[in-house]
Amino acid sequence: MDSARDLAPIVIVVLVFQLGVLRQPVPNVLELLGGTLMVMIGLSLFVEGLKLGLFPIGENMAYDFARKGSLWWLLLFAFALGFGTTVAEPALIAVAAEAAEVARQGGMIENSNEAGERYATGLRFTVAVSVGFAIVLGVFRIIKGWPVQYLIIAGYIGVVIMTAFAPPEIIGIAYDSGGVTTSTITVPLVTALGVGLASSISGRNPMVDGFGLIAFASLTPMIFVMGYGMVL
Amino acid sequence: MDWLGQLARIFLDTLGDVIPIAGILFGFQILVLRRRIPHLGRVLLGFLLVLLGLTFFLMGLEQALFPLGKVMAAQLTDPHFLGIDVEAIGDGIAEHWYEFYWVYLFAFAIGFATTVAEPSLIAVAIKARDVSGGVITVWGLRVAVAIGVAIGISVGTYRIVTGTPLHWYIITGYVVVVIQTLFAPRSIIALAYDSGGVTTSTVTVPLVAALGLGLASSVPGRNPMLDGFGLIAFASLFPIMSVMGYAQIGALIDKRRKSTQMKKRET
Repeated sequence: MDSARDLAPIVIVVLVFQLGVLRQPVPNVLELLGGTLMVMIGLSLFVEGLKLGLFPIGENMAYDFARKGSLWWLLLFAFALGFGTTVAEPALIAVAAEAAEVARQGGMIENSNEAGERYATGLRFTVAVSVGFAIVLGVFRIIKGWPVQYLIIAGYIGVVIMTAFAPPEIIGIAYDSGGVTTSTITVPLVTALGVGLASSISGRNPMVDGFGLIAFASLTPMIFVMGYGMVL
Repeated sequence: MDWLGQLARIFLDTLGDVIPIAGILFGFQILVLRRRIPHLGRVLLGFLLVLLGLTFFLMGLEQALFPLGKVMAAQLTDPHFLGIDVEAIGDGIAEHWYEFYWVYLFAFAIGFATTVAEPSLIAVAIKARDVSGGVITVWGLRVAVAIGVAIGISVGTYRIVTGTPLHWYIITGYVVVVIQTLFAPRSIIALAYDSGGVTTSTVTVPLVAALGLGLASSVPGRNPMLDGFGLIAFASLFPIMSVMGYAQIGALIDKRRKSTQMKKRET
């Protein structure tokens, strides 16, 4: 029933604008109803699955890594998680393809399919490496207990500096790439990992130190993508 | 049969998303940690539910909400519908920005509505409630983030209409975030920064992208390839401000309540 409440706003917005503003009938009412019902069922199953699967395994692995006490393995795991979940992310693949198109039209690269594909693949790996780096940095921060805001503000300064030097065509894509990297499966896992680490290391507060991994993962791609645009 | 084919395709796509993650998790668990996963059966069931849940979720969105939402975005951004004579206005379109009020209103409404239904935000909100011991409510955080996205996307559409450079907005936003960070309660800061990244995924991105592209192609002088981007960036920046604002207002109310209680006790 919770998911009915979650979806109500979308349904209301769509209906109000369709009937009230555009003044058009709703096409395929049955399909719309069926689709909404499927979304509701899907959302309920997903939330149940989070509680049973993704949250416990993320936290458990955090505890186990903390007990094992091997920093290098933990950092390697953090990188693998960030890189591995991003490189195949469909939203990223779509954005990279669009970016290659922009680059071809803007004359930044040779106007051929081959050059475009190479550009898109390069961009995808750049973003994936930057997310891997972000999770490594974020995990290291939790262990050290550094305040999150200093690193984020440093990141902001990095973005501003890069914006001044990056080719204008890449800026919009770079800014957007920060938002699309974190998928629906990655977010709960990474959040559980951060909170689990912060609660198993003494002196860390899960509320203050546990969150913040996602923030890094949405900031570093901007810097790395602008760097990619400058190098090429 | 077409319907089943689509379901199978979405299921395989989602499976393709889950497998590398599961591979990394179980690989490290078995090879590095060498420990058994507690309640392995339940964890696997959880993975299965996540897989099925996302499949149904995406299928339903693709069946019903996305096609309609995209058509609406295209219609609402049509100058003909808005009653704007693009030819006559020409380059002076920026001075007529207020005539696009339906677009801003739709951007606000759809930004709010899609964010409330965003599964990754639900996940972070559940975690935040558990960790904060209930001080942060699931619904409160989600509404705070959704308001941020709604404002962000409205400002983003205004930017596309006026054609002002994206980076000035983003840099100004950063300055506001830094100032807010100085005054916000310490415990909310990391969560607020996180909420910028979780807002834009499965539900929001396709609809917002359609809105941006539609708007950039109907406003004269805008290039959809260049100006259509940037809405996601707004949608990831403004929730940081709204979540810190939510905590600041909460702390303020709390303080006032405590001080009135103190006064009552004194008298």
